[in-house]
Amino acid sequence: MLLQVDGLRKTFGRRVAVDGVGFSLDVGEIVGFLGPNGAGKTTTMRMIAGYLEPDEGAAKIFNIDVARERRRAQERLGYLPEGAPLYGEMTPWSFLRFVAETRGMAREAARHAVRRAAQDARLGDSINRPIDTLSKGYRRRVGLASALLHDPLLLVLDEPTDGLDPNQRHAVRDLIRKLGEDRGLILSTHSLEEVEAVCTRAIIIDQGRIVADQSPAALREQHGSLEAAFETLTRGEERA
Amino acid sequence: MKKRPGLASMTAVYRRELLSYLTTPTAYVFVAVFLFAIGLFTFQVGGFFEQRRAELSSAFFSFHPWLFMVFLPAVAMRLWAEETRSGAIELLLTLPAPTWSLVLGKFLAAWTIAAAALLLTTPLWMTVNFLGAADNAAIFTAYLGSLLMAGAYIAIGSAMSALTPAQIVAFVLAVLASFLLTALGLPLVLDFFTSFVGGGVAEALARFSILHHFDAAQRGVVEFRSVFYFLSLIGLCLSFTALAVDARRGG
Repeated sequence: MLLQVDGLRKTFGRRVAVDGVGFSLDVGEIVGFLGPNGAGKTTTMRMIAGYLEPDEGAAKIFNIDVARERRRAQERLGYLPEGAPLYGEMTPWSFLRFVAETRGMAREAARHAVRRAAQDARLGDSINRPIDTLSKGYRRRVGLASALLHDPLLLVLDEPTDGLDPNQRHAVRDLIRKLGEDRGLILSTHSLEEVEAVCTRAIIIDQGRIVADQSPAALREQHGSLEAAFETLTRGEERA
Repeated sequence: MKKRPGLASMTAVYRRELLSYLTTPTAYVFVAVFLFAIGLFTFQVGGFFEQRRAELSSAFFSFHPWLFMVFLPAVAMRLWAEETRSGAIELLLTLPAPTWSLVLGKFLAAWTIAAAALLLTTPLWMTVNFLGAADNAAIFTAYLGSLLMAGAYIAIGSAMSALTPAQIVAFVLAVLASFLLTALGLPLVLDFFTSFVGGGVAEALARFSILHHFDAAQRGVVEFRSVFYFLSLIGLCLSFTALAVDARRGG
């Protein structure tokens, strides 16, 4: 099993952000993580990536507990944080070299990995321009490349297409589809159309709990459309 | 050749941090201001020429704690605060690197900037030799002592920077902490404490001050306990930094 999540729970002060989330993921699956803002998507992904420690429950990557053996688990995971934070004064090339070397790759291996990831993420010829001068879509691709550097089998992408124009979104989706052929992916998104387009499975989360975990086709069959499913299953902050 | 994972991440973080100091104007501005200030103090306040002696201790090194106290928190303030503000901390903490390697890499980069600033004051050393027979061994020792002390101030700055996403808050906290730790040894402060807690306690407190431990070093005397004091101070502050960084994972 690529990823096994059991009873994850996280509270911030008195607010329960994630309340007993559990699911598992295998190679070849592309899971769409759906839910209103504040439903707990990002918190769940952060716990899988080892950025936050769960209060209860565990996330296991290849049966390695993320909280107990953080570094061993993180070696096997590619993670794109929300908003894809980068170091603006660096170029994509030096940034990716930095990530590869922090991951412990030797010089030659790092150079190789950067070249391959840059190609996979289609960074093209802007690789030597400062990140601050690049467009949002391009920066997102740099973030994706950094998640792909060590060729992980599991990818966790927090809103990989947020804020991109339709062409850029299309390119990222193609890449995700291609990556999903021989890997396992979780991506959070606000676009239901995106789930239809790339995901093999949709997990809808609301107020920290999973309210649906089915294929997009099954959801559509039950509720008529994904929009209808989303609306009936989630209450979000507005109607809570 | 596969390097040890912690060391490899430390080197990578060190290189990135140093590069970021060198590609942004802030480090240059700080170093320039430091050099200007140390020159001003040495010649105007310290009376370097008026003392008519070929030594650097009273006119030059004695001002180091006071200038470092303001200058080095400014160098160190961005180390962690900026990562938190920009969100890049999430990137850093989701890489399979031990926390100590990140803390140490950043600390060493800031320390290198301090070392560069010190190195740029060496023309003064040459001047002293030109003017008379200077005790070069003593000056060299004083420089090493100053470098070690700079490490302590940077470590304090790093710890404060890990506490807040606002660089300016980190700066103010670090200056405050540095001032307290420096001035504990001053007669003025000592007298003040003596009236409250008695001479014994005040005397003991003074032994923990940076001034107390830099006193011998600035005259060119190596005291093992002072080396030990500065190294422990660095170790303590960096451990605190690592704890503060790791505490984020708890939410």
